[in-house]
Amino acid sequence: MPTFVYMTRCDGCGYCVDICPSDIMHIDKVTRRAYNIEPNMCWECYSCVKACPMDAIDVRGYAEFAPLGHSVRVRRDEEKGVIAWRIKFRNGEKDMELLAPITTKPWGKHIPQLADVPAPSQAMRDSQLLFNEPKYIRLDEGDLHTLASNGLVMKEGVYY
Amino acid sequence: MAYNTVVEDNIDILVVGAGLGGTGAAWEARYWGQNKKIVIAEKANIDRSGAVAQGLYAINCYMGTRWGENKPEDHVRYARMDLMGMVREDLLFDMARHVDSAVHQFEEWGLPIMRDPKTGHYQREGRWQIMIHGESYKPIVAEAAKKSADKVYNRICVTHLLMDDAKENRVAGAVGFNVRTGDYHVFKSKTVIVGAGGASNIFKPRSVGEGAGRVWYAPWSSGSAYGLMIQAGAKMTQMENRIVLARFKDGYGPVGAYFLHLKTYTQNCNGEEYESKWFPALTEMVGKEYLDTEGQHLSHKPIPTCLRNHAFISEVNAGRGPIHMVTMEAFQDPHLEEIGWHNFLGMTVGQAVLWAATDVNPKYENPELTTSEPYVMGSHATGCGAWCSGPEDVSPPEYYWGYNRMTTVEGLFGAGDAVGGTPHAFSSGSFTEGRLAAKAACKYIDDGKAEGIRVTDEQIQRRREEIYKPMEHYRIFRNEITAGSVNPNYINPRQGLDRLQKLMDEYCAGATVNYMTNDKLLQIGLKKLKLMEEDLEKVAAEDIHELLRAWELKHRHLTSEAVMQHTLFRKETRWPGYYYRGDAMKLDDANWHVLTVSRRDPATGEYTMEKAPCYHLVGAGE
Repeated sequence: MPTFVYMTRCDGCGYCVDICPSDIMHIDKVTRRAYNIEPNMCWECYSCVKACPMDAIDVRGYAEFAPLGHSVRVRRDEEKGVIAWRIKFRNGEKDMELLAPITTKPWGKHIPQLADVPAPSQAMRDSQLLFNEPKYIRLDEGDLHTLASNGLVMKEGVYY
Repeated sequence: MAYNTVVEDNIDILVVGAGLGGTGAAWEARYWGQNKKIVIAEKANIDRSGAVAQGLYAINCYMGTRWGENKPEDHVRYARMDLMGMVREDLLFDMARHVDSAVHQFEEWGLPIMRDPKTGHYQREGRWQIMIHGESYKPIVAEAAKKSADKVYNRICVTHLLMDDAKENRVAGAVGFNVRTGDYHVFKSKTVIVGAGGASNIFKPRSVGEGAGRVWYAPWSSGSAYGLMIQAGAKMTQMENRIVLARFKDGYGPVGAYFLHLKTYTQNCNGEEYESKWFPALTEMVGKEYLDTEGQHLSHKPIPTCLRNHAFISEVNAGRGPIHMVTMEAFQDPHLEEIGWHNFLGMTVGQAVLWAATDVNPKYENPELTTSEPYVMGSHATGCGAWCSGPEDVSPPEYYWGYNRMTTVEGLFGAGDAVGGTPHAFSSGSFTEGRLAAKAACKYIDDGKAEGIRVTDEQIQRRREEIYKPMEHYRIFRNEITAGSVNPNYINPRQGLDRLQKLMDEYCAGATVNYMTNDKLLQIGLKKLKLMEEDLEKVAAEDIHELLRAWELKHRHLTSEAVMQHTLFRKETRWPGYYYRGDAMKLDDANWHVLTVSRRDPATGEYTMEKAPCYHLVGAGE
């Protein structure tokens, strides 16, 4: 189920080339438009489809057994924080539209700059704690789990 | 060749591979090393790379300690049982006690986590899984990593780790090439955290032709986590513990939410429940400790994943396939139907494409399931990876050499798929392991352990020649033939991958031999892998993209050899349903209740195998 690119829609911007995790979206030197150079290494992850500003990239089922005529289209809107899907069956009997959130906060704004937070104390460095722990584990006053705190005693290993 | 050499020097922490493990490492490193230089080298684009590139619909490792749902030791018991006793309990406990804090951060960063309307707790899919709208999981954690890193290098295929020329067995950075420009990149670093991926595509996939990339685990997961560390001489563990998955046929759509949340179930071609029929005989094979057919429902111990596979495989072999997932009942509820589809769209769009293409509406038709080809990875329900140090407050002496998640190579750390013996970490656990490794790496540097590192120009030059050799080989020999891909002097990366997959499948218990092997087959397989190693010196790359594939192939080959060696060494069938040793069908706790550890000598390529003790730190519990 690899990707393909519609000739009339692609303007060769290269967003798909930039994002493809498998390095298979390339710009054709003659047409100056994108295409999938290696369909058999495509995971149809839709990263390129979602990234394409021209809606020029689509996916179709395996040539080996999937009949033609279906479609699964997507539009991902970062501003609104939603992703919209439309699934059409080849026999026309099912046509579904589905919507899901992709984030609940503006991108990156609620991620702290750890370079600017107060530096960890020596006690923190010597402990097993990570950033914002133990507060973030239990979100209460509880401390980090240890074998002892959980009433566990190290048992002898099994070795042959 | 006219490619530039780009040197990034004075790095403190180099993160190789920025999937969930690598992003966790880069993020946390900044807190413990606010004055340190943190650099990421990623093969693709950090915004969409690694196994979570297309998203996830669940976080499969979350304790919920804040609501009293589980304690870390509960998770250790679960993972230990699922892996038939063989896990690193110190590493698992350590990951489990920190994992909730990672998940709570994700929610603060904007990841939409579903909540149970009645309790207000996160919506559980199962005891360990919570449901998310995770299409943008990767972009969100990438944002965090980018905020912490000094520099992110996208599109760098890291081929080798650099070793310290002043001190034996100490890491000094990494080298690779840019898959766009072709430039040679040298990263000189005091520590390296390998967050690269496990291995898909080392066994022949069930898919063929154009669809060969339609595998369960990402096709870009090329075993680099293992290839890089094996080459550097790091000890590896549990490499025989490959995973086979029961998934929706052809699309590899996930079944977790279907089983756990939608309460769907499987049946054979006659509409019968078949699973339990196979358990009595299987109990003979694995012992009552691992499969208690009478007491299982009382003890609430889940049936190990591999044993459920065994029942599936056996039923199909008995001629009662296909196995169907009964979706028709659950899908009558429109809410559940929507969840069923969202589950694919959030993480395996290909399954939705397949059902749309073949007019399979699960509301009116029960879809087929199948068992996948095997995969080698360290973060799903399997625990391949490097032999790493645990934390000081939990680990017994054999498991502890000072720095959490440090491999047996000094200054070289692992996270996610790279760490052996920590199955069931999944995405959140991998991110957590990255955080743990980052803290330890900072401590390693602050303790002065990375002083005096020296990288000679000779080493840098030698690696450069090695990296571009496939292109040089192509240039020299391409004109000996008229055209085409058949050449007596070289093979291309795809031809090499086909060869690797065929021999791993046939000799190392792949899907087409029903996951069965034995001593003789493995010996032949090892011999063929050695021959292939010679041919890999002659692999030819037509361009930079093929050079990428050539190095992925070499990493896959190194991974495969480790898998073969480990499978030969463990003379028992420890995980029936993942693979079988035909000459040692029974699980043999008397001799093999141990962890297997290997080391490949970087100079000679020779393997040494040893057994390591399997410590049980956590009691049987309730």
